[in-house]
Amino acid sequence: MADLRVNVAGIEFANPLIAASGTFGFGREYAELYPLSELGGISTKGTTLKERPGNPPPRVTETPSGMLNAVGLQNPGVDHFIAHDLPWLRQQGTKIIANLAGSGAEEYFEMAAKLDETDIDMIELNISCPNVKAGGVQFGTTVAGVTEITKGVRANTKKPLMVKLSPNVTDISEMALAAEAAGADAVSLINTLTGMRIDINTGRPIIHNNTGGLSGPAVLPVAIRMVWQVASKVKIPVVGLGGISTWQDVVEMMLAGATAVQIGTALFTDPYAPLKITKGLNEFLDSKGIKSVTELTGGIKPW
Amino acid sequence: MKKYDVKNCKIVRADELVADNIYDFEIFYPEFAQAAKPGQFAHIYIPGRTLRRPISICDINKEKGTLRLVFQIRGAGTAQLAEFTENQFLDVLAPLGNGFKLEDANKKAVFVGGGIGVPPLLSAAKFYGKNATVALGFRNKDAVILEDDFKACGADVRIATDDGSYGHHGLVIDLIKDEKPDIIYACGPTPMLKAVAAFAEENGIECQISLEERMACGIGACLGCAVKLRDDEGNEYNGHVCKDGPVFDHRKVVY
Repeated sequence: MADLRVNVAGIEFANPLIAASGTFGFGREYAELYPLSELGGISTKGTTLKERPGNPPPRVTETPSGMLNAVGLQNPGVDHFIAHDLPWLRQQGTKIIANLAGSGAEEYFEMAAKLDETDIDMIELNISCPNVKAGGVQFGTTVAGVTEITKGVRANTKKPLMVKLSPNVTDISEMALAAEAAGADAVSLINTLTGMRIDINTGRPIIHNNTGGLSGPAVLPVAIRMVWQVASKVKIPVVGLGGISTWQDVVEMMLAGATAVQIGTALFTDPYAPLKITKGLNEFLDSKGIKSVTELTGGIKPW
Repeated sequence: MKKYDVKNCKIVRADELVADNIYDFEIFYPEFAQAAKPGQFAHIYIPGRTLRRPISICDINKEKGTLRLVFQIRGAGTAQLAEFTENQFLDVLAPLGNGFKLEDANKKAVFVGGGIGVPPLLSAAKFYGKNATVALGFRNKDAVILEDDFKACGADVRIATDDGSYGHHGLVIDLIKDEKPDIIYACGPTPMLKAVAAFAEENGIECQISLEERMACGIGACLGCAVKLRDDEGNEYNGHVCKDGPVFDHRKVVY
């Protein structure tokens, strides 16, 4: 058995698999299937300062090797999360990352200050939700925006801070460098790629929001490329996500430079995917005589 | 067993129904059959596809240890599912959703189903047996499904078709206008559900409606399958078909 522990921004995760925000709710539904301690961590559903009702249906549709979603950050608000979900999550034996989304800079700062007084392990800033105008994406696509939000949140919390980056930009490494310079302890990438499908019989987009975020195996090559680009530029840890569904994908993502990974859409295909991935990863490391999974990070040998 | 789980289930029967593009599978997994309730659904993995397909549970046979799944080809995913044959295995996440609230079996229940909304009603109708009045609507004679199965429950079965080629020529709601049941169960197209809900409201009858929506996780985590509901104070909010439903009190549903 190889050592699967990884350290991101001073937080030790029992293994490099983190449930991706928005795919895992606040964990209760998957806890019916297996102990959440099987996961290194959970990035909770994107939370806003006030409750949000989310977008009208349809919110999801399958696409070739993936899916589009535009849930629209439906969530009960950060106070509800702190009062009702966090105490339960804390008992599950896994690391808890609170994912925050805001419609204005002040909202992010206020939420960060609230969470600073809780026992969450890390904050993940969602400045890249493509599905709501108030989802922070306006901050995530410019260097000035990334800098403003990251700096302001940094000033309001001592918690380890991870900034989740949008792939819908010209150069994602510029955004990563801006986050790093503004005080981020880690970056996670990629959020979904904005996409669209149209019903040819009705002429209507299949997703009620017209556009949605593309995820699933279809985006994996884009995510690997972006993680590689970012990891070669920043000194802070990179958490890789986007289309991971097998242990091989995890190895690939870590070779590209990721310290840890997030699993999202694969949970919908197979709720047990994280357990299968951990097992496969362990067997791979043993077969290669690798003692610690951390040895994979950045092991890519580019041409 | 767990509240729900993923299991490989052997297909013990795979039939194509006379009606176009409708398939009738029976899958063997005794723990699922023990746990399942009428009105719940199964979330089925289709090899190579990202999202599972939610299929309502048509019937539950606890003695045989099987679930019956009657589904229609709606797109490429269900077309692929229809290619499965007897003795193959399906990867199934089940049983999911809340299911129908069943009253005392001696009470009088009316079932209203339209098209592919008919299958989820069968196991609940069985529970009421001869106390069930079942009104089913279809496009035409060739689209009629499960008539004999409902009759075998002892139910009073009435059929309506849009073109009059079989049974009553007109709306399925016409078939229950004179009924005064204790409870109504309905599943089908939205106009039909609206008519049933209005009938229930006018007559002060409890009514349970089963809904569908595009779905991802199936267990309430991703919030993909939103449905507009109203709470007791009349405020609208987004609930979710997979976890809060698929069955809802008709007064909660906002059309």
